[in-house]
Amino acid sequence: MTELRRRGGGGGDSPENMSDKEADAEDRLGLQPDTDPDPDPDVDMDCKADTPDVPLSTADIDNTPQCLNKALEGLPPRWKNYWIRGVLSLAMISGFFLIIYLGPVTLLLVVMTVQIKCFHEIITIGYRVYHSYELPWFRTLSWYFLVCVNYFFYGETLADYFGALVQREEPLQFLARYHRFISFALYLAGFCMFVLSLVKKHYRLQFYMFAWTHVTLLIVVTQSHLVIQNLFEGMIWFIVPISIVICNDIMAYLFGFFFGRTPLIKLSPKKTWEGFIGGFFSTVVFGFILAYLLSHFQYFVCPVGFNSETNRFTVECQPSEIFELQTYTLPAVVQNTLTWKTVQMFPFQIHSVFLSSFASLIGPFGGFFASGFKRAFKIKDFASTIPGHGGIMDRFDCQYLMATFVHVYITSFIRGPNPSKVLQQLLMLQPEQQLSIFHTLHNQLRERGLLPPAD
Amino acid sequence: MTELRHRGATGSDPALQPPSEDKGSDSEAKVDKDGLSDSEAKVDSGVPEVPVPPDDTPEVLNKALSGLSSRWKNWWVRGILTLAMISFFFFIIYLGPMVLMMIVLCVQIKCFQEIITIGYSVYHSYHLPWFRTLSWYFLLCVNYFFYGETVTDYFFTLVQREEPLRILSKYHRFISFALYLTGFCMFVLSLVKKHYRLQFYMFGWTHVTLLIVVTQSHLIIHNLFEGMIWFIVPISCVICNDIMAYMFGFFFGRTPLIKLSPKKTWEGFIGGLFATIVFGIMLSYVMAGYRYFVCPVEFNNDSNSFQVDCEPSDLFQLQDYALPSVLESVTGWTTVRLYPFQIHSIALSSFASIVGPFGGFFASGFKRAFKIKDFANTIPGHGGIMDRFDCQYLMATFVNVYIASFIRGPNPSKVIQQLLALRPDQQLHIFNSLKAHLIEKGLLPALEEAAA
Repeated sequence: MTELRRRGGGGGDSPENMSDKEADAEDRLGLQPDTDPDPDPDVDMDCKADTPDVPLSTADIDNTPQCLNKALEGLPPRWKNYWIRGVLSLAMISGFFLIIYLGPVTLLLVVMTVQIKCFHEIITIGYRVYHSYELPWFRTLSWYFLVCVNYFFYGETLADYFGALVQREEPLQFLARYHRFISFALYLAGFCMFVLSLVKKHYRLQFYMFAWTHVTLLIVVTQSHLVIQNLFEGMIWFIVPISIVICNDIMAYLFGFFFGRTPLIKLSPKKTWEGFIGGFFSTVVFGFILAYLLSHFQYFVCPVGFNSETNRFTVECQPSEIFELQTYTLPAVVQNTLTWKTVQMFPFQIHSVFLSSFASLIGPFGGFFASGFKRAFKIKDFASTIPGHGGIMDRFDCQYLMATFVHVYITSFIRGPNPSKVLQQLLMLQPEQQLSIFHTLHNQLRERGLLPPAD
Repeated sequence: MTELRHRGATGSDPALQPPSEDKGSDSEAKVDKDGLSDSEAKVDSGVPEVPVPPDDTPEVLNKALSGLSSRWKNWWVRGILTLAMISFFFFIIYLGPMVLMMIVLCVQIKCFQEIITIGYSVYHSYHLPWFRTLSWYFLLCVNYFFYGETVTDYFFTLVQREEPLRILSKYHRFISFALYLTGFCMFVLSLVKKHYRLQFYMFGWTHVTLLIVVTQSHLIIHNLFEGMIWFIVPISCVICNDIMAYMFGFFFGRTPLIKLSPKKTWEGFIGGLFATIVFGIMLSYVMAGYRYFVCPVEFNNDSNSFQVDCEPSDLFQLQDYALPSVLESVTGWTTVRLYPFQIHSIALSSFASIVGPFGGFFASGFKRAFKIKDFANTIPGHGGIMDRFDCQYLMATFVNVYIASFIRGPNPSKVIQQLLALRPDQQLHIFNSLKAHLIEKGLLPALEEAAA
């Protein structure tokens, strides 16, 4: 999340301030920003009784590549910082476009990689907080749990979406049928290993790390799977939400930079109401336009399917109703101002307004949560992976809530259940249950006129 | 979990904490004869100890047993309470599925409260703004989500009939998510400058507790709806394993099992395994004969009440099994009549005896880590509700996974619900596939093909 600068904020920031983030970190680095109008001595008083401070780690060391450093030598540090952030932002956005072009499988792999990196970053913080490097087995166990939970989720996804492929291969069929049991057995093995690894003097640390691992799994892995489920619904459900969150970040920053005056929340003192509201409106507009552009292409709009014959992923289909242009009559008020009677829109654009509103209004809470987390554990950034921006988690903190929201939105308002999954379940029922369902369905379809009435 | 005594342990322990003796937790270091020196104070830089709750034995019991020495008094208290709990268990089974559901819900709430209270004590976070409210709010949200899904699954027709229920169930996930998000935003807004870390710890603590306690209780309810036998037999197996392992350990115990619980012995473990398997087989035999236990719980739309009436499935019908020749020569029987369910009960019992205790070790480790004797003092002589249920967690999940993998297929009413939510063209497509499948299986006469 980008922090906003106050307009006319005190002169030069301290030279070592590589990111606009946490003001309190500067205290720790021993740099007193006496020009900073809002000193923030964020000392957790009651944490004396608690685990000690997180020591300075490699995350706090400047990680800018040498080439960039050389190119920007001449500029003052503040501009240097802007340039680095700007260059990296462009690099990330280009990377985003590239992987979209490369297709769904690449996207899947990238999501998985990001997930693993986020998990690694948070677990590393946990190790530093608790000085638990020397705990026996713990690294192994954390990664083992990550593998288990991923196996469970990916297995469910594969079984759902690639039912035909799975039915064909015998070992896959076996794995799919007993999938839950196998996943549970794997998890139990990890649980038992944890219990057996409890060492007399380290019980509390080990329980803390166990809980830390599980909460991280809960946050990171479930979100990434919802992202993948959204992706399979249609790439537009992946691209538009992520773009909207990025746009909100950038727009809120720009509005705050130019117009920011009123602080928004004590937790992030550099955020302003002007940035918040400006970001909201511009994101809604941006989302609207982006939705319009993307809805034309089948590549974005169609659910990702697996073609059993060619053994490849296909994105071809008859676009559903929400991706077909429809004519809406404008309300009278708007008609008078614009002198248009009707307007042609994709229904998806209306949905995008809701997505944008969520991204602008509630999304930032994910960022505040991450800011609070960083302050609580006195870290500046999650890691130093991306120069100028921090770790992967820093970039993705607002995306979490978004991914879950989009998934819940899709299941509640857009699509019904997955038909191949329903058929699969039907075929697993007992014969008399199948018969009774058959008759119910038969009556239902006859009532709706889809089948000729009975003789 | 009952701890085993080493055979020939010396006489009466000081009357300090009579209910604590058999627990074998680290507070025994004070009165310890086994030389446990579990001094973690050096390592854990400073979360102070949780204060020990006072002795909670009711006065009436105290009076009745005042004459006995403290060791026997402890045994009597535990014994009486054990019998009381078991009778209570039978009583609520008699009262039926609705009451069972309510009891599960109450137990869940009490367990949640016990663990959260420990968290408060550990972190001295009584004064944190909003936190109690938020913890209970999250509990409510997650329960609403799970119970809503359960109600929608199992009582589909009831839900469809009532208009407000129908809307609630159609947008159930969205509503639950919105409720949860509200709590999340309230948490973020409640972050106070000097208490960030504590607040995050409590947030993490609450979520892990929810993950453990609420999901397990929901799996128990799912098992219950599958048939009360799937609820009764696992719980009974775990209880039996506890008691049998204690008995075997008491009489034959010599070799320690695990450093974490020094009073457990291998003899108790193995004896408990065999005894539990035998008990499970016998209990299944007794219960599988009654429809009340064996039939899935269903809601009767006409009478608006729960009923347990059905045609028992194959599992619960006596079948003949040919004994392997080894057993034939030993016992002189050629075949034996068993319910298939009894064979499944062997798997359940084995799990309860072999893997179930790890849940108990986990809870023991947790209590040692946070230097608490018991989770709470609700049940005199036994500790809190969590102390009784610590082995049950893994069991509930296991039974649920077992049922889903090996026993039943999907829930038919849920499948209908999903079917009716599909688009018409998808419904038609499924209809045709289903018809082809049924004709292939010979369940539909081929004539129908011409008629439709």
